[in-house]
Amino acid sequence: MMDIQININSKAYPAIEQAGHHLAIADFKLSLKSGEFVCLVGPSGCGKTTLLNIIADLDNDYEGEVFVEQEHSHPKIGYIFQNPRLLPWRTVRENIELVLDSNQPSTVIDPLLEIMQLTQSQHVYPERLSLGMSRRVSIIRAFAVDPDVLLMDEPFVSLDAPTARQVRELLLKLWQERPHTVLFVTHDLREAIAMADRLIFLSAAPMSVLSEITVSIPRSERHNENAIEAFRQNLINNYPEIKQLL
Amino acid sequence: MIFSRKFLPTLSLLVFLAVWQGLAVYLSSNTLPTPEAVAKVFWTGCVTGQLPFHLGVTLLRLIVSFSIAMLLGCAIGIALGRNKKLDAFFDNWLVIFLNIPALVAIILCYVWFGLVESAAILAVVINKLPNVIVTIREGTRALDQDLLDMARCYHFSRRKTLAHVIWPQLHPFIMGATRSGLALIWKIILVVELLGRSNGMGYQLHLFFQLFDVASILAYTVAFVAVIQLIEVIILKPLDKKALRWRR
Repeated sequence: MMDIQININSKAYPAIEQAGHHLAIADFKLSLKSGEFVCLVGPSGCGKTTLLNIIADLDNDYEGEVFVEQEHSHPKIGYIFQNPRLLPWRTVRENIELVLDSNQPSTVIDPLLEIMQLTQSQHVYPERLSLGMSRRVSIIRAFAVDPDVLLMDEPFVSLDAPTARQVRELLLKLWQERPHTVLFVTHDLREAIAMADRLIFLSAAPMSVLSEITVSIPRSERHNENAIEAFRQNLINNYPEIKQLL
Repeated sequence: MIFSRKFLPTLSLLVFLAVWQGLAVYLSSNTLPTPEAVAKVFWTGCVTGQLPFHLGVTLLRLIVSFSIAMLLGCAIGIALGRNKKLDAFFDNWLVIFLNIPALVAIILCYVWFGLVESAAILAVVINKLPNVIVTIREGTRALDQDLLDMARCYHFSRRKTLAHVIWPQLHPFIMGATRSGLALIWKIILVVELLGRSNGMGYQLHLFFQLFDVASILAYTVAFVAVIQLIEVIILKPLDKKALRWRR
């Protein structure tokens, strides 16, 4: 459980040969309450992945600060990357076991494999998996560390609709069982409304927060397509700047 | 298909022997003995124990110098590949050592350290090490940053990152360095022995050269080629197969 304060004055990529200087993020402020499920919605290429990399401490080259209220000396981060990033020379199970702490028994993986329907494939090498299966493995990997913060970078892109829905439901179920702060990047507004407590709309690069909207639909109503569609129509009608984004 | 796969290599070997036999008979000269004569010398060498002894001595030197060169080369190569400043500093050194002729390194080692075993080993290592470093450095530069980020994000220890993320990616480069290394070292090691040792294949070949004993030279060559082939089939091929089992 932890609060996160993000305050990025600027993040720029220096010019390299033909590609000019690129200002990715400017004057970005966001605070996340612990246990909150937040969706980031914005046009592609606006700097969402850059933001997640900064929060995950993979990128230190920026001006500003990210303050994570510390419970452990290292906040445990589960990061579901845009591509699954599995080690091709390790089996599905070995890939997940590798991220576990030494004091975690490897049996914690079994129920996750079962729920994601990968028990059959746990000793297979990732090159034999479909993209959808690989994504599910990377989702299990992120959950297996029992994260304080879960970062998800469009984890459902290029999954077929039934699989995406299935994985989305599993994700929510796991989150409700083990609450933690979730930051979810997507450009599918319906998906965002169905899952998040709060929506953050982002501008094109240089990225900053356009508006924040709390999703008022109760959790029990989230599977209701009509409620979600009504909320979406309402959003688009009341916030012209959001309509431009979509 | 299966028939030709087994048949063709055997046929090519038979043709090679036939050409050799034909030439030897046609020339009927001391400088090109027949395969049969070489086989006889080979057998005598084995029975007296001369050939296994000298072959063994040379192989021991090969194993020691090869191990030192590979271990040092991998460590330095990974360090240079991961650290740009270090690489910029040592790049010139590497170019210098890469271009020192093998013979110069051998002579200098013997002059500076005497005609001793350690000088011989050192000379071989100096010749091989820069090659290993360059190969492993290229491999390290080509490492997948996405996977390294993943390892960092999930707090992999240094040892874990090396064993599970870096090493498997370097494997093809290490196998390349191993194969080219064995070929290079065994050529250099003979010169090292010829110049400053009183046993080993190089020393023996030098002796046979002075006696113009071509049959013995060929018999020793055959023995050495056979041993290297054996290393390839028994050690390197299975290693390759094991390490690449994850590929489709």
